Amino acid sequence: MKALMFGWEFPPHILGGLGTASYGLTRGMWECGDMDITFVIPKPFGDEDKSFARIIGTSQVPVAWRDVNRDYVESRIGNVMDPDLYFKLRDHIYADFNYMRTNDLGCIEFSGKYPSNLLEEINNYSITAGVIARTLDFDIIHSHDWLTYPAGIHAKQVTGKPLVVHVHATEYDRSRGKPNPTVYGIERDGMTHADHIITVSNLTRQTVIDHYGIDPAKVTTVHNAVVPLSQDLLDIEMPRSTKEKVVTFLGRITMQKGPEYFVEAAAKVLRNCKNVRFVMAGSGDMMDKMINLAAERGIADRFHFPGFQKGRQVYEMLKASDVYIMPSVSEPFGISPLEAMQMGVPSIISKQSGCAEILDNVIKTDYWDIDAMADAIHAIISYPALYNQMREDGLAEVAQITWDKAGKKVIDIYNKVLGR
Amino acid sequence: MKSICFNFEIHQPFRLKRYRFFDIGKDHYYFDDFLNDDIITRVAHNSYIPAAETLLRMIDQNEGRFRCSISISGMALEQCERYVPEFLDLLEKLAKTGCCEFVAQPYAYSLASLSEPEEFARQVKMTCDRLKERFGVKPTVLRNTELIYFDDLAPQIVEMGFKGVLTEGAKHILGWKSPNYIYTAASAPKLKILLRNAKLSDDIAKRFSDTSWPEFPLTADKYMSWIASTPQEEQIINLFLNLETFGEMQPATTGIFQFLEALPRFAMEHGVEFITPSQAVSKIKPVDMLSVMHPISSADEARDTSAWLGNRLQNEAFEKLYSQAERIAKCENRALKEDWTRLQTCDHFFYMSTKRMADGAAHSSFSPYETPFAAFTNYMNVLADFLMRVKEEFPSAVGNEELNSLLLTIANQGAEIEALNKELASMRKNIEQYNIEHKNREEACEKKEEKAPAETKAKKAPAKKKTKNAS
Repeated sequence: MKALMFGWEFPPHILGGLGTASYGLTRGMWECGDMDITFVIPKPFGDEDKSFARIIGTSQVPVAWRDVNRDYVESRIGNVMDPDLYFKLRDHIYADFNYMRTNDLGCIEFSGKYPSNLLEEINNYSITAGVIARTLDFDIIHSHDWLTYPAGIHAKQVTGKPLVVHVHATEYDRSRGKPNPTVYGIERDGMTHADHIITVSNLTRQTVIDHYGIDPAKVTTVHNAVVPLSQDLLDIEMPRSTKEKVVTFLGRITMQKGPEYFVEAAAKVLRNCKNVRFVMAGSGDMMDKMINLAAERGIADRFHFPGFQKGRQVYEMLKASDVYIMPSVSEPFGISPLEAMQMGVPSIISKQSGCAEILDNVIKTDYWDIDAMADAIHAIISYPALYNQMREDGLAEVAQITWDKAGKKVIDIYNKVLGR
Repeated sequence: MKSICFNFEIHQPFRLKRYRFFDIGKDHYYFDDFLNDDIITRVAHNSYIPAAETLLRMIDQNEGRFRCSISISGMALEQCERYVPEFLDLLEKLAKTGCCEFVAQPYAYSLASLSEPEEFARQVKMTCDRLKERFGVKPTVLRNTELIYFDDLAPQIVEMGFKGVLTEGAKHILGWKSPNYIYTAASAPKLKILLRNAKLSDDIAKRFSDTSWPEFPLTADKYMSWIASTPQEEQIINLFLNLETFGEMQPATTGIFQFLEALPRFAMEHGVEFITPSQAVSKIKPVDMLSVMHPISSADEARDTSAWLGNRLQNEAFEKLYSQAERIAKCENRALKEDWTRLQTCDHFFYMSTKRMADGAAHSSFSPYETPFAAFTNYMNVLADFLMRVKEEFPSAVGNEELNSLLLTIANQGAEIEALNKELASMRKNIEQYNIEHKNREEACEKKEEKAPAETKAKKAPAKKKTKNAS
């Protein structure tokens, strides 16, 4: 089966959980066999893993005719695209886009990030998707998250092939119930045009049904999974104090992640036991507010803000932690507790997180229940038996959550949509 | 003649309330009275009371031919007293019929037998005392918590004066042997062992209303025919059930009470008798010795102690709990002793199990907690506070030996003071006697030698006074 996937991020250049999930899923589907996947992203860097999927960057797709020779194309974009494909794509330009800002190859530039003119970038992405859809041969279209829904719809309209949209997050989660109408509109448009919708948790499935008015029969949950960590990361050694315990929060410091509940819980813990430090790693629009809050509660000496962590730093941070906490107010899935478990760190997560649906060896509390959260933190750092039990059972549990199982479910959905 | 030996177990733990770590050292009441009241009242009305009434009717209608036994934990007894005393009146009635025997068990429904023999003995004695006091009965057979039994326990059970013990007919112990005989304990040949027939007991307890079971629906007639068709030589069928099977696990609407009530009639038709455990122990001859190296129980698929001590959490909590057993045994503080007993109930450990599948479902369906981690955390918080109170009672800087001698001194001080007083009194008497004698002698001397020893007199008088003052 041939699938055309539209995504926004792909490892190693990722900005959030979306890239990791897209990568894992694609790989998991490939492992199930008999899948030919083309993955479209805005801006490839050339160092992506191409062993299981063909990667096309929209920033190399011509939308305006340029008379260039093969050698020139090779020298310009040879590291990320086969020149033959460039010429094939050039043959399928469907309208005159010379009025747009195009470069010497007739391509539109993409940042591949989340710039302030994101809506314009989404629109450009959709324009190039039209060229790709007209060029390639495929059976099904799969769009990851709202940024690529317009592209998916476009591809569906020009080819008539069925569209599956994958909801990794919704505007409802990001905004705590006060969605941006434009984003909401794009999301709902994608969902109504889709032949089937995949959500990353039952929580998200319910949001899609309740807040976007989608027929429940059209929505299926496929929980995310994790890629096993490399030995290199597992072997990280970090200095650990025997006297002090470390409780870590990793993630964007935004409204959605519930950072203030973490600060409040920390204050409660510190009132009764002193040998513990709290770390809020990440950045976001609520960071300053959180620094103020920690100071206000008089715990600034024990509450640390090391800033945004990336790549290996994340795992070093986890390795140095005794407890991982994710108090998200609304989390479609939340991959980070699974990564913490892979590193052998017991986790506390909010019941409002999608991953709470599939995890057993974590402590689940309501995001607002700071008493329960404080109690859980205290228990893990004070009772070694609990720490060890959670650590070991957690490792065993997370090792079973693999992408090939999720991939199999997605392939089943494809077959259903295609009536096979 | 084949006999059925019924034992109905009644137990409810004192469930803990939500106890956060910041309550440690501040709040010393640990139990969720509302929940406990709610559960025992519900279970009593759905099950205990109608079941007891059914048993009374069965005894009445069958003119003494129907017999059974009941065991009740101290925890259930206390809660019944407080919330459903009418049920205890029914039990008293049952005791008075003479057809319903009471079987002893540890007061706290604890796992003390596994590590604290003295505490185990104390709890069994407590139950016996309460049964004597409330129902006027004296048990001669013991049913340990969840039918736990192992070789090392047998001599102690005999020593406590019991003739028989109830336990599980665990397959891994019996092998090819049948549970439908009486055995003696390998480590104490005087002790008889009654083994639960797991299949026939669970047919009622677990499968009675299971529509996917090929034998559904189970009738009293069919059930008795199964019992009658066991091999001729097998004389006793031990059916040990939780009393809440009737009406709670199997709701009244399944017809479980009618099934129970119809049993004696079909038993008679098939020539099957009913017998109490003490009768079984004295009447039926044992066929063989049974050795149980490692503890067995009726819980979970494994039939061992892994339901309570199967993971790190449970073992940690268990060790912490009994770490101070010796000290608490010395303690006279009633509130502390009461909490100590209630915290030992095995259910607290049952809730911490991390088993999955069928066993896991059983654990979580009884648990008031959402997860084993919550159960552990809550229990450990309570335990931390409790152990702090123990420490306040007896500072931990004082070693057990030293504490012993101190307590001994305190305990003996009354007797010692009395002994000293006696000694003092007799000394005084002696002195007075001496004074009188002395006076007499002096007077005699004065008469004889009227002139001389005025000095001696003056010297002795202050000496006398001194002795008096000192005393």
